[in-house]
Amino acid sequence: MTSLLYTEVEEELRSAVRDLLADTCAPASVLAGLGSPPDPGVWKALAGDIGVAGLLIPDEYGGAGASAREAAVVCEEIGRSASPVPFLTSAVLATRALLAAGTPAAGALLTRLASGETTAALAVSFAASPYSAVGGDVRRDEDGTLSGEVKAVAGADAASVLLVPSGSTLYAVRAADATTRPVPSLDQTRPLSTVTLASAPAQAVGEGIGDALLYGAGLLASEQLGVAEWCLSTTLAYVKERHQFARPVGSFQSIKHRLADLWLDVVRARAAARNAADALASAEDPGLAVAVAQSWCADVAVHAAEEALQLHGGIGMTWEHPLHLFLKRAKSTQIALGTPGDHRTRTAQLADIPAPA
Amino acid sequence: MNEEDIKERVREFLAANDPAADRLGFLRARFDAGLAWVHFPPGLGGLGAPRELQQVVERELESTPQLRPGVQAIGLGMAAPTILAFGTEEQQRRFLRPLWTGEEIWCQLFSEPGAGSDLATLATRAVRDGEEWVVDGQKVWTSGAHHARWAILVARTDPDQPKHRGMTYFVCDMQAPGVDVRPLRQITGEAEFNEVFLTGVRLGDDLRLGGVGDGWRVAQTTLMNERVAIGGAPARRGGGMIGLVTRTWRDRPELRDHDLHQRLVRLWIEAEVTRLAGARLREQLAAGQPGPEGSGMKLSFATLNQALTGLDLEMHREEGLGYDDWSFRRSESVDFAGRDIGYRYLRAKGNSIEGGTSEILRNIIAERVLGLPSEPRVDKDVPWKDLPR
Ligand SMILES: Cc1cc2nc3c(=O)[nH]c(=O)nc-3n(C[C@H](O)[C@H](O)[C@H](O)COP(=O)(O)OP(=O)(O)OC[C@H]3O[C@@H](n4cnc5c(N)ncnc54)[C@H](O)[C@@H]3O)c2cc1C
Repeated sequence: MTSLLYTEVEEELRSAVRDLLADTCAPASVLAGLGSPPDPGVWKALAGDIGVAGLLIPDEYGGAGASAREAAVVCEEIGRSASPVPFLTSAVLATRALLAAGTPAAGALLTRLASGETTAALAVSFAASPYSAVGGDVRRDEDGTLSGEVKAVAGADAASVLLVPSGSTLYAVRAADATTRPVPSLDQTRPLSTVTLASAPAQAVGEGIGDALLYGAGLLASEQLGVAEWCLSTTLAYVKERHQFARPVGSFQSIKHRLADLWLDVVRARAAARNAADALASAEDPGLAVAVAQSWCADVAVHAAEEALQLHGGIGMTWEHPLHLFLKRAKSTQIALGTPGDHRTRTAQLADIPAPA
Repeated sequence: MNEEDIKERVREFLAANDPAADRLGFLRARFDAGLAWVHFPPGLGGLGAPRELQQVVERELESTPQLRPGVQAIGLGMAAPTILAFGTEEQQRRFLRPLWTGEEIWCQLFSEPGAGSDLATLATRAVRDGEEWVVDGQKVWTSGAHHARWAILVARTDPDQPKHRGMTYFVCDMQAPGVDVRPLRQITGEAEFNEVFLTGVRLGDDLRLGGVGDGWRVAQTTLMNERVAIGGAPARRGGGMIGLVTRTWRDRPELRDHDLHQRLVRLWIEAEVTRLAGARLREQLAAGQPGPEGSGMKLSFATLNQALTGLDLEMHREEGLGYDDWSFRRSESVDFAGRDIGYRYLRAKGNSIEGGTSEILRNIIAERVLGLPSEPRVDKDVPWKDLPR
């Protein structure tokens, strides 16, 4: 029987990740670090000591052989702290692409990813939808090298290996053989880069990228849940404390009702995100569960961040308050891996709600 | 007790009882076999098993005689859990079996003309007279009182206490002299609810549920369960009201347009995440009692049902301008998904009022779940008799 609750093992993993991120990625320090390259020590500890880098990698390649259910818990904690770590980009997107490839070359790379010594990024726009084709930006020349440009790649700044789809083939390119140029990004905790390849040496590792984007979209819902939870709990704490008109602003009914509605949205986001993780972990087709979760959670995270800002008043508008980290992450992830509209269109197809002729 | 044990019990039960024979006999036997509500104690229709195993029983017995959820809703969803929590052993033995089989229908005598959301101001009096209580007052919006053999009733027993403290909870005999049930016509045309006048109604002290003066605490149990009952019914993916509307959408391509399509898909997703949240809540409740989180389910159900029935009516264009039947008659049952599109649209308006209005539910969530401070209150410590009215 599937479960939408958290198992004991999942809760243990959560508290390990949460403790580490509380020490290393408290909102104030994430804020202070904006604009400079993130401290690689944080990812090292998370990837190596706790072992999240190899969470989704089978034991035969030195990973933990865990499922999307455990990975989702890590995503929640990363969302809750807006941590600048390449878990989604390397340990989920790149990892799933390599797992789909299934070749010995891919296996060798997975072994390096599992240990945390190597970090990879999938050279696909972060805005790519799981429902459209990728691989059109880069061409393969006669001499076997790759040339082209991919915009808005997430996690490339932290990667030493780039996985580049070209046509229907997936290639591995050493980051040192490509140009990765960070671009100013709405979400500075997950900066995007333009990746340029100019006759870059490349090794074919497999066909296509498999379910990487769909899998990533499903787990992104859990990250969005974490973002929404931070916004809700931070706002609750604030309105209980902040006094105006000689009473806590959280005692005004218009504010209580907004927060009650927001809570209900978050409750449903948790159920949807758990359902998507559970579907990705099981044998059944996860398509509908992912589309539902992503369309719902993306909007809830944005709404939670926007409500949080409004209910903080002026302080919410300052750079000094960490709230904007969560607003920017929420809004960016709404666009990432398919917009809510893309996921609703997919839902309509899968749930047999045909569009008008 | 696990899934296999339950299935084994069901097999044994079916071997001994023919579902095609007498409906009532079958249901009585099912109660006696502990397969009515497995989380209830043995002897009271249950097996003391985890609550989630009930789903297994329901699946296994899907094609056997079923209860009548429309008329039995108040009994099953509200009276039963309250009797289980606060009733004496004698009361439990007397009431639960015919309640479950539907031989005896229950209604809820809570709301009054002067006490709706603020239920605790209610004015119906119960005065002790030896081994009996004498009840006088007026109740309103009493759904299904015209079918009911029994009612759950809250009355004031001590007007000198502040309002929350002076109430007592009773089982009211709807056939007792002095009980007068009169239909109230609803916007749908029919009379599903009633006003109930109680004049010198004598109730034995053995019909009291919980302690004298403890009525508010007992009523809380009823209300928590009511909200779960209204909002938390298990549903399949794409079942219930959303299923009804999407079926029409599929069957009638000529009704489709782009605006409706987008709105329908959004509502489908909302229905699905609400269903999942209900499933998750049920997993959490599997062992314990419904907490204030249940209020969230009722609130989302009401919002969703109203949006869906509104869209359904609009989608039908010209047909939506008609109405199936305005005749004033007493309802046979309560079925939110029943009758025609116009009826469903109108009936859904009650969903954000019955069982606690959506505003009150938001207050409850804000205060009891989120811990937000309550609004300044003027009525808390004032004796009930001195409250402004
Ligand atoms: C179809 C239907 C069936 C019903 N069946 C039964 C039944 O079987 N038994 C029974 O006992 N009752 C029943 N009721 C009654 C129902 O419980 C009450 O109508 C409900 O509790 C609201 O009370 P009221 O009608 O007095 O409205 P009021 O309490 O007067 O409310 C009027 C408006 O004020 C708002 N309001 C009130 N207080 C607050 C506050 N503190 N903050 C913000 N807003 C507030 C309300 O939300 C509402 O919008 C039924 C009602 C309906 C519609």
